[in-house]
Amino acid sequence: MELYQGPLDIKSIFSRWLDEERESNYGAFIPFIGIVRAEDNIEGLSFDIYEPILESWFNSWVEIAKERGAKVKMAHSIGDVPIHTSSYISAVFSPRRRVALELIDEFVEDFKANAPIWKYDIVDGKRLYAEDRSSPMSGSGILTNKENR
Amino acid sequence: MVKIEFLGPIEQKPLEIEADSLRDVANFLQKIESLNSWLDRCAVAVNGEMCNDLSKRLYSGDIVSILPPVCGG
Repeated sequence: MELYQGPLDIKSIFSRWLDEERESNYGAFIPFIGIVRAEDNIEGLSFDIYEPILESWFNSWVEIAKERGAKVKMAHSIGDVPIHTSSYISAVFSPRRRVALELIDEFVEDFKANAPIWKYDIVDGKRLYAEDRSSPMSGSGILTNKENR
Repeated sequence: MVKIEFLGPIEQKPLEIEADSLRDVANFLQKIESLNSWLDRCAVAVNGEMCNDLSKRLYSGDIVSILPPVCGG
């Protein structure tokens, strides 16, 4: 897992990932690239990350991938990322395409739901929390759930 | 003392309180008005590991992190 300040240099990262796995004999490599779209007059997006949990979340996916004979990689931005650049890329390598196609779907969806990353729209140079697009992590509400007391 | 840190968009400075369990932390935070709108949507981590158990024992120096709704990518 790789974290970078600002937008990702996706060509160099993917190129390096391919080099890293050149001798691994994987038959399928499926990249995913998230690009910041121009919408609602935003200048870009900005991100906060909580690294300890992101690390353990990612490591659990490394294990899931390993059980299927596959490998996952990802890179994400910290801070401001202008429109038309990339803030998130991931990839699955596997011996055969079917495993990789399924894994990239599950991996990216779970990333959206449970990776401890907070997104802000940048409008007029200010950071506005993207509350309407955010979802509570699993286990949320424990601090107010009366049944737990 | 247990340290409580608020991540992402929650505008609350870190707090240090005496607490023996996560339940003590929950009871303390419920009294802070500015956190009312956040708490039921937040998950909790203790020392960098997600925690779903209010009876979790806490020790001096532990760090409790409050994690609001997320959106990566």
